[in-house]
Amino acid sequence: MVPDLNPVVLLFASIFTSNILLANFLGMCSFISISKDMKSSNGLGLAVTVVLTLTAMLNWVLLQYVLIPLDLLYLRYIIFIIVIAATVQILEMVIDRVSPALYMSLGIFLPLITVNCAILGVALFMQIRNYSFLQTVIFAFGSGLGWWLAIVALAAIQKKLVKAPVPAGLKGPGITLITIGFMAMAFIGFSGMLSVQ
Amino acid sequence: MNFLIAPIVVAVISGILAAAISIVDKIVNNYGEVNISINGGKKVLALNGGESLLSSLASQEIFIPSACGGRGSCGACKCQVTSDVGIHLPTEIPYLDKKEMAENIRLSCQVKVKADIDIMIPEDLFNVKKIKSKVLSIRDVTHDIKEVKFDLQGEEINFKAGRYVQLVVPPYNKIKGSTQRAYSMSSKPDDKGFVELLIRLVPGGIATTWAHTLLLVGMEVDLIGPFGDFERSETEATMVCVAGGSGMAPFKSILYDMFEKGEINREVWYFFGARTTKDVLYLEEMMELDSKWDKFHFIAALSEPEEESGWTGETGLITDVLDKYLKTKINKEKAREGYLCGSPGMIGACNNVLTANDITIDNIYYDNFA
Repeated sequence: MVPDLNPVVLLFASIFTSNILLANFLGMCSFISISKDMKSSNGLGLAVTVVLTLTAMLNWVLLQYVLIPLDLLYLRYIIFIIVIAATVQILEMVIDRVSPALYMSLGIFLPLITVNCAILGVALFMQIRNYSFLQTVIFAFGSGLGWWLAIVALAAIQKKLVKAPVPAGLKGPGITLITIGFMAMAFIGFSGMLSVQ
Repeated sequence: MNFLIAPIVVAVISGILAAAISIVDKIVNNYGEVNISINGGKKVLALNGGESLLSSLASQEIFIPSACGGRGSCGACKCQVTSDVGIHLPTEIPYLDKKEMAENIRLSCQVKVKADIDIMIPEDLFNVKKIKSKVLSIRDVTHDIKEVKFDLQGEEINFKAGRYVQLVVPPYNKIKGSTQRAYSMSSKPDDKGFVELLIRLVPGGIATTWAHTLLLVGMEVDLIGPFGDFERSETEATMVCVAGGSGMAPFKSILYDMFEKGEINREVWYFFGARTTKDVLYLEEMMELDSKWDKFHFIAALSEPEEESGWTGETGLITDVLDKYLKTKINKEKAREGYLCGSPGMIGACNNVLTANDITIDNIYYDNFA
């Protein structure tokens, strides 16, 4: 059954209370490695949002019109991954042509989106939760924005952390993970206000 | 037949996506005809954009030296780009120093030709050709160095003694891609129809293993060249040459060239370092040249001569022998120049000895490839 959800609630929930990164801890690798500077974080956030929305739409169509009618649901992982990889490849070529500057600043991270688990995660959530097409688009777009918000927030905190007296053993990924933990607690604080499943 | 549905679905979806990618590739990577203007318009090439600068130039018979064949792992294919092609890529930065970055020197294998582009390359590169040659003879000159002669099959190569060529190694056994390696020519510039290379077996080396095990007389091999700027200067200064192993190659070419062209009034000291008598090549030829040419002195030094060999020449490390001669035998009043060819370690050590004996670094010449 398609769940009965207010689109606006779904959008805000996917950005804040069910933030794909801080509530589900998906897409951590690039989140930790790129959040060191603001410009790359913004670029990557934008790229993730675009890829997330596009692939969720494509995957929803394939799921509803190919996998479910043919009773091939067990193929969803492989199909979703193929779609994600192909979309990233096409996007990479288009960005290279249209905006070489953006292409340069994203560098290796654009192809790395292929293996960003947040993207596969969203595709799987929309299947588990039985979202309609519109809900899928809103949920994917919101999740992308949420991921973008989280990485930019972390980049900003990292900037302050440079000056902080962090114990030697916690420098680098250690303090980053602790920071993410605090951020997650803050975001979970919203969860009483909105809830979607 | 139900079991076929799943593979068919995966295949069809993959096929559609692959088709989409190639269509987008065709549209997006079609840059139309672009012009590459070389050295301020001295030569203008019109070709289809989308390829790397290195391969675009190669398709027009202009060969920028490249040891790795365009994978961005050797850093040899540097070339100055004077029009805007964007910032340096992360793949280029490790191979460039600050000065080169400021002059917008790029790795030509990493720069994609998308629009009209202006580049500067050494004039010599216009002379570089890809020559289909045939192996004429292969001879062991020591236990691990082969002298390989190539017949250029009617083509000619014009070079100054001391230059090198790139040997194109085809894919073999587990080596999938074609590779290129630089070898100094040991043949004389006057023998325009032939090229002779000295190839030492480096354990695990892609090109040397191929040359030592699979290269046969009569095989066709591509040579690209001539490259480099190693040559004798046009001065009267005493030449202090130092070589080890297959580093003999450029000196063999330079020395015979000088002798035959009658440049015998110039003082030349040639130090050749090896471990044992088994590692010395062209000993008789060099001794003969030494006896025929007053001002040429050949000094071979063995670091570990076998006891039974009856070696009467110098013993010890080549750097120690070089130091001894610079201090006692070679006229310090006259200008001196250093010429080095060998391993990077040997070049570094000899550089130290030469500079310690008041030969300035500007007067020391060597090629930068190992």
